[in-house]
Amino acid sequence: MSEPQTNASGVDAAPGNRRGAARSGLLGTLLIGLALPVALAIGWEIAVRAGLSNGRLVPPPSRIWLTLVDLWQTGDLLKHILATLARVGAGFALGALAGTVLGAVSGALPLFRRVTDPLFQGLRSVPSIAWVPLFILWFGIFEAPKITLIAVGVFFPVYLGVMGAIQSVDRKLIEVGRMFRLPRGAMMRRILLPAILPSWAIALRSGLGLGFMFVVAAEFMGASEGLGYLLVDGQQLGKPDQIVAAIIVFAVLGKLWDGVLVALTAPLLSWQDTARGEL
Amino acid sequence: MLTLETLSKTYAGGNVALHNVSLTMKPGEIVAMVGGSGCGKTTLLRLVAGLDTPTTGSVAVDDQVITAPNEAIGLIFQEPRLLPWLSVAGNIAFGLSHLPKDERKARVDFALHRVGLDGYNDRWPRQLSGGQAQRVAISRALAPEPKVLLLDEPFSALDAFTRASLHEHLLALWEAKRPTLLIVTHDVEEAVALADRVVVMQPHPGRIFTEITIESDRPRDPLSDEFTALKRLILKALDGSLAESRAQVRKPDETAAAAWW
Repeated sequence: MSEPQTNASGVDAAPGNRRGAARSGLLGTLLIGLALPVALAIGWEIAVRAGLSNGRLVPPPSRIWLTLVDLWQTGDLLKHILATLARVGAGFALGALAGTVLGAVSGALPLFRRVTDPLFQGLRSVPSIAWVPLFILWFGIFEAPKITLIAVGVFFPVYLGVMGAIQSVDRKLIEVGRMFRLPRGAMMRRILLPAILPSWAIALRSGLGLGFMFVVAAEFMGASEGLGYLLVDGQQLGKPDQIVAAIIVFAVLGKLWDGVLVALTAPLLSWQDTARGEL
Repeated sequence: MLTLETLSKTYAGGNVALHNVSLTMKPGEIVAMVGGSGCGKTTLLRLVAGLDTPTTGSVAVDDQVITAPNEAIGLIFQEPRLLPWLSVAGNIAFGLSHLPKDERKARVDFALHRVGLDGYNDRWPRQLSGGQAQRVAISRALAPEPKVLLLDEPFSALDAFTRASLHEHLLALWEAKRPTLLIVTHDVEEAVALADRVVVMQPHPGRIFTEITIESDRPRDPLSDEFTALKRLILKALDGSLAESRAQVRKPDETAAAAWW
C-alpha cells in the first residue's frame, strides 16, 4: 500500500520531487499490475502438476514457455514477428498519413466535411472482415490486401480524432492568431497544429491498436508467415500451446509499440497542463 | 491618434449593441470606459480591434481606417489566452516573427524585466499564476509596439492586491513607448487609478453618457480625498446613466400595465 501513498503526496510536491515519486510510483504500478496474472499462472501450473487437470487444451505456463523458447531457437518466432511487424508498420504508416491529412482537411473546411464525412462514417461502420473478399479480388493474395486492410483499420480512428480535434480548437486561441494577423497557412502551423497534437497522439495510439487487431484478420486470410499464421497453424494442428504463445507475443508487441509511440510523442506534449504527468 | 466616428453595431436579430459612439483619443492618452452590463463595451473593443465590422461609422488610427486586425492595434483579453505550447518567451515573441532573433530576444527580456518576471523566459504557461500569466499577456500585446492598446476588463479575474501590482506593471510597460490605451472595466477604482479620461457608458443601446477628465499625476493614492471624490463622481454618473435608461425602459411597461387594468 505504500506506493499509492508516495504517488498521492507527489501530486502537491515540487516538480523535482514529483519526477522521483513518479518513478517509484511506476515500479509500484508495474508490480500491482503483474500480481494477478502471475498468481493465476502459478495457480494453473500447480493445478496441472498436481494432476487436477491434464492441461491438454489449456497448457500450463511452463509448456507455453518451452514452446516460445523452441520457436525462438529455430528462428521461426523472429521470422513471424518481423513479418507481422512489417505489415502493421506499412499499414499503420499509410492509414495514419491518410487519416491525418483527410481529417485535417475535413476539420478545417466545412464544405469538404459536409461532402465527404457521411461517406467515411458509412464506411467506418463496415466490419473489417467484410472487406477481406473484396480486397483479395482487387489486390491478390499476397501483401497488398493485408496492408490495405490494416491501413483501413488505422485510418478511421486517426481521421475521426484529427477532425474532431481541429473542430474543437479553442476559438479564443484562434482569435489571438487573428489579432496577430496570421495568414491561413501560419494559422494552421502556429495555432491549429500544436493545439491538436495531444488528440493526434491519442488518435495514433488507438489507430495502432486497431492495426494490431486487423493484422490478425489479414493473416487469417492466408499467410505463410506472421503471428496470425501461428494462430491458424496451432488450431489446425491442435497445438494450443502455440496459440497461447502467439497471443502472448501479440500482447507484448502491442504494449511495446504503444509505449514506443507514447515515448515518441511525449516531447511534443511536455507543455500540457493535465493530470497525465501525475497518473 | 485613435478616432471613432459615429460607431454603431446592430447584431443579426436586431439587437443594437452600440449606437453612434464618437470618441477621439490623443497619442499616449489613457482612457477608461466604464458602464453597466449591456452597454456594448466589449462590442466596442472588438470593433476597434478589427475583429468585428461596424454596422455604421468607422475606426481610424492616424487616418488609417481599421477594417481588420492591424499591427497598429494590440488587444489584451479578459483572460491571458497564452498559447499553452509556447514558453513564456515564445508567447511574448509571438507577434515578432518578422524581427531578427537578437531583436526578438531583446524585446522579450525588456518586457519581462518591466513586468517583474526576469528569468521566466523558459517557463510554461501552466506554471504561472493568474497574475503572472496576465503580465505575460500584457507583454505579448505590447512587444510589437502598437500605437493603440485595447484592454478588455484585463484584471477582473484577479484579487485586489494582484490587480494593484498589475496596474503598476502595465504603466511601467506603457511608459516605454506611450501608446494610446483604451481600458474597458467595470471597476471604478481601476478607472480612477489609471485613466486621463473616464468615459461613462449607458446601456440599451450602448452609447456614451458622459466624460470625466482626471488631471492629477500617476501614481494616484487611492486613499486621497481627490481619489475618493472622483470615485464618487463616476459612481454618481453611472447611477445617472442607469437611471435614465431604466426610465426609458419603464415607459412601455407602464402603458402595458395600464392596458391590462
